[in-house]
Amino acid sequence: MKTSVNIAGVEFKNPVMTASGTFGSGMEYSEFVDLNRLGAVVTKGVANVPWPGNPTPRVAEVYGGMLNAIGLQNPGVDVMIERDLKFLKDFDTKVIVNVCGKSVQDYVDVVERLSDEDSVDMLEINVSCPNVKEGGIAFGQNADALYDITKEIKKHSKKPIIMKLSPNVTSISDMAKAAEAAGSDAISLINTITGMKIDIYRKTFAIANRTGGLSGPAIKPIAVRMVYEAAHAVNIPIIGMGGIANAEDAIEFLLAGATAIAVGAMNFHDPYATINTIEGIERYMSEQKIDDINELIGAVK
Amino acid sequence: MPKKKKITAEVVSQHMLSNDIMDLRLRTCLAEDANPGQFIGVYTHNRSTLLPRPISICEYDKNEQILRLVYRIAGSGTAEFALYGQGESVDVLGILGNGFPLDKAAGKRVLIIGGGIGVPPLLGLAKELKGKEGNDAAESVTMVMGYRNSDTFLLDEFKNNGELFIATEDGSVGTKGNVIDACKENNITADVIYACGPMPMLRGIAAYAKEISAKAYLSLEERMACGVGACLGCVCKTKNVDEHSHVNNARICTDGPVFDADDLEL
Repeated sequence: MKTSVNIAGVEFKNPVMTASGTFGSGMEYSEFVDLNRLGAVVTKGVANVPWPGNPTPRVAEVYGGMLNAIGLQNPGVDVMIERDLKFLKDFDTKVIVNVCGKSVQDYVDVVERLSDEDSVDMLEINVSCPNVKEGGIAFGQNADALYDITKEIKKHSKKPIIMKLSPNVTSISDMAKAAEAAGSDAISLINTITGMKIDIYRKTFAIANRTGGLSGPAIKPIAVRMVYEAAHAVNIPIIGMGGIANAEDAIEFLLAGATAIAVGAMNFHDPYATINTIEGIERYMSEQKIDDINELIGAVK
Repeated sequence: MPKKKKITAEVVSQHMLSNDIMDLRLRTCLAEDANPGQFIGVYTHNRSTLLPRPISICEYDKNEQILRLVYRIAGSGTAEFALYGQGESVDVLGILGNGFPLDKAAGKRVLIIGGGIGVPPLLGLAKELKGKEGNDAAESVTMVMGYRNSDTFLLDEFKNNGELFIATEDGSVGTKGNVIDACKENNITADVIYACGPMPMLRGIAAYAKEISAKAYLSLEERMACGVGACLGCVCKTKNVDEHSHVNNARICTDGPVFDADDLEL
């Protein structure tokens, strides 16, 4: 049975990854999960310098999911390289580093800094975080801005890049096309959907940032639809995510056109969710007599 | 540090202690690793609520593998937990967080302060300190517990572990006012304070600790998602740049929930 997939020349042993921001750099969840079994670890967004993130409360539970407005707190790329990448070197899994910034130059700084790191296989560019005021989503909600930043990053990156798209747009196809036209090697979607929760007893916002990104099973149908639309708009590989809880969900994304998938918020519900998804995909393949997982990708037209 | 795990526990017993305060005993091997001040994540059966509820460990019995949780019914998750009867299966995540630093109590006058639903983890702490002998033992243990009104809980169990003072907001039991009022009314001083309760109370305790030149160790609470240090949802402000985050934020779930008050920006 062949479970490996190829994205921009990088071979992943299986299509199951972790969604950025839900898995740290793998260290915390390595108590639960054998990282060697994962297709890839996608690390929490990292900037050129440490970011303090947003005030608390940063998370709130909602029906079928959660809101978060962490605000991309991160220790900066130097610590990331020294600590997290060093940690990940010992595992037989691919490493995708998620990169964030406030300006184009911020992104370029991080991309250049990571270009010579052997342990980094790909870079995922976060232009879709709804929880930071500058940068982030500002680059991800306008096709021209997305094109420009993609082009600039591509110019400086020795690693293949994945532009991570926001669902908070009118046309995901237009955004996917802009990323492809600017040379992005792959795209990932969806980031969280901007939401709000009000605490009716305290009569205020449940999250200090007022709005937060909605994730979890509640957003899965939206994510599947957007992956399907993007797959029909571009020819570059897609990493699909949004509410994936198990193998059935993951296979839906593959059939919709994703080459790989990421488990996000559901790691919080079940720390073993990634492994259960991998094992469930293998069971499905053997039951359905599928020899190569690539047969599933985009099989639903 | 023992490995964290998500496993299924079994309800041994549950009853209501006071208005909306439940007393739940779970059988789980996680008890073997428990220390005062640590917590576990408890999952609902309802699949629309996905996140584990962080609940402090009130007490534990390592031999019998029992964790005792005393919690307040505060939302739909804890309302579901309150319905669980003997034999019910419940998924738990643990052991989480670092407990109270017990070694700081050796030879010292210890003051334990709890407020509201911050009271339960202090019972395990008080019992643990009472059990210490020789050089490890505290010189004395004084306890101050604060409640809203006469709906108090666990007081009888605290009594056996040292001198106990009570504060209630409405004055129905003990000092009328908060735990600091009770400390001042009774001229309570100490070398080391361990406390758990709402943030305004913890701020008051940090200030009181300065007044009486005591070290204070505070157990903090915040909305959490993962509970294991990955999501960065439950941070608190620290005076110095945190070793892990490299900004002035520490993770309450993994770096805490108990912190040295001198390290916190309250």
